[in-house]
Amino acid sequence: MKHTLSVLLLNKPGALSRVTGLFSGRGFNIESLCVAETMDPKVSCLTLVTRGEESIIEQITKQLHKLIDVIKVTDVSEGEFVEREMALIRVKAEAGTRAEVLRVIDIFRGKVVDVSPTSYAVEITGPESKIKAVIDILRPIGIKEIIRTGTIAMARAPKK
Amino acid sequence: MKKINGAQAIIKCLKEENVHTIFGFPGGAVIDLYDELLNSDIKHILVRHEQGAVHAADGYARATGEVGVALLTSGPGATNGVTGIATAYCDSIPIVVLTGQVPRALIGNDAFQEVDIVGITRPCTKHNYLVNEPEDLVPTIREAFYLAATGRPGPVLIDLPKDVVASMINFPEKKPIKMQTYQPNYDPHPGQIEKACKAILSAKRPVLYVGGGVILSNSSNEVTELAEKLSVPVTMTLMGLGGFPGTNPLSLGMLGMHGSYASNMAVAKSDLLIAVGARFDDRVTGRLDAFAPHAKIIHIDIDPTSISKNVGVDIPIVADCKAALQGMNTWFDKSADFDPKKSADKHKPWLDQVNEWQDKHPLFYQDAGDIIKPQFVVEKINELTGGDAIITTEVGQNQMWAAQFYKFNKPRHLLTSGGLGTMGYGLPAAIGAKMAFPEATVIDIAGDGSIQMNIQELATAKQWNAPVKVAILNNNYLGMVRQWQELFYNRRYSATPMEVTPDFVELAKAYGAVGLRAKTKAEVEPVIKEALATDNLVIMDFLIEREEGVYPMVPAGKATTEMLLV
Repeated sequence: MKHTLSVLLLNKPGALSRVTGLFSGRGFNIESLCVAETMDPKVSCLTLVTRGEESIIEQITKQLHKLIDVIKVTDVSEGEFVEREMALIRVKAEAGTRAEVLRVIDIFRGKVVDVSPTSYAVEITGPESKIKAVIDILRPIGIKEIIRTGTIAMARAPKK
Repeated sequence: MKKINGAQAIIKCLKEENVHTIFGFPGGAVIDLYDELLNSDIKHILVRHEQGAVHAADGYARATGEVGVALLTSGPGATNGVTGIATAYCDSIPIVVLTGQVPRALIGNDAFQEVDIVGITRPCTKHNYLVNEPEDLVPTIREAFYLAATGRPGPVLIDLPKDVVASMINFPEKKPIKMQTYQPNYDPHPGQIEKACKAILSAKRPVLYVGGGVILSNSSNEVTELAEKLSVPVTMTLMGLGGFPGTNPLSLGMLGMHGSYASNMAVAKSDLLIAVGARFDDRVTGRLDAFAPHAKIIHIDIDPTSISKNVGVDIPIVADCKAALQGMNTWFDKSADFDPKKSADKHKPWLDQVNEWQDKHPLFYQDAGDIIKPQFVVEKINELTGGDAIITTEVGQNQMWAAQFYKFNKPRHLLTSGGLGTMGYGLPAAIGAKMAFPEATVIDIAGDGSIQMNIQELATAKQWNAPVKVAILNNNYLGMVRQWQELFYNRRYSATPMEVTPDFVELAKAYGAVGLRAKTKAEVEPVIKEALATDNLVIMDFLIEREEGVYPMVPAGKATTEMLLV
């Protein structure tokens, strides 16, 4: 099963490499990884998407906790959460398809961020499923390049 | 406040941590620190290879329970230490390794003797540091000692750029260390203790499974109290030997691949396995689905990652072994439902069964007249040292025979590379132990293969007056691999015959040591006696039965009840 882990870690040289080294060394898989500073510049937040049985996820969580630079590990996918990913997609846009590309990205509330005589670069934001949907629709038109950020996630605040 | 240089600060930090002895090898990047050592009363043991320095620090730590310290230079000095660091990591041994590094301005430039040792040792240290700012130096060293010794202990490496060590700094006052991200849990959850004790009360066939955590946490007395109070048989891992007295009637000896028949049968038939500071290693469990199939499992461990890693646990207790065992002992003392006499009566049929297994299949070897059996050598060493020596081992058959036939009655008396299985560990570790306990008899039980991996440390032992005794069980083979080839590879002895081996008696002389050889069974005892009686460093060369095997043996991947007996 897919799990989205949010890992707070000290913003120190090598801290990220301790996390990735743990995954490669123990044979855990990483589907995506996103890391940046938090409100506190001494702390980074790392969002990590992984797959595995419950026992594997439990080991991953415990092993992450054991790293001295790690402050907190939360499996945000255990509860309600918001996830977002951004993709930059360069898609063929020639005379016959320019209008259709614009229509498609309008439907998905994307933006054109770069234009050339033969292509558009579009920006799409949303959960992974939405990014996949856009890619599936644009593929027949002709995708030249895709750059994705990987998922970031935040637990939803309690409603009461 | 008067500023001091980094080297002086490092020495001051070592003094703060009560470090008297360190093991190392100098080089360009640590020359400032070596210069400063001349102004201090810290004893520096110059080794002959950096691996030896780290193993010696590790042996010192295992024998004393204190943090061992090694000092290495940058580049090859540091990489030579890596096997030692990984050895300590796998067995959770508290050591601090100081490595020199090129000056900060050169880092990343492929400078002479530069290597990214922090990157290299990341997966085999508990934590490691590159000291980037001179003012971080003192807090980093203090934190490193704290990390090495607390929680689940382990090696910590500090990489010291040469210009940081040479810079002038203030020496901050020592304050209690508090780390936001590291707070090991020592105290057991009382609810879990109660659950565990109740499970023990209702068990009919309980077994205590004692690992190295008992030794690391100094809780041999507590585990012995619990076993005797409840009349529960005790089996130990290689790392746990000595954690419970080997001559106690409740001791079943070691379990696992080369464990005793009774140990493996007891675990297989048990209805409650009480694991204390053990980690269900593959050499212990054999085929996982056949390990303790009828047992409920209680697992005490300070490291949450150990729990349910290989084997599902019913009652986890994340705590220091000592605190948890004390908690359980107290619970039984206070419980109205518990009476030691009743417990002994209840467990009598189980203990009878276990004793029957022991009587039917004790550890065994066939006598072969004049030919020396390695097990006989270990038995004689045990007898002639009264089971009191500090024994180190190399890795392979020598290690298993030592584990099986030496009766370890006290903790910290068997120093062996259990997790990593490092050949070449025994001699430098013996030197480390001897530096800590100059009065103790320290014996490295070795093979002719392993001993050659760090034999250069004989010079270290000689130079620093560490008269350890090396007992080589010499079969002119890499014996453990040969045994596997005999059993599973159709006797195709690929690369296991040691076609050229030095004359160890002459070799001993070359190092200024005493060399003794036994070729027949009758010569074994006089050789050991002479070795123990001399004040000098001794190599004993026992020419043993060449194709003797270690038995019982559970083939890798089989159930532990599928033992090959002899």
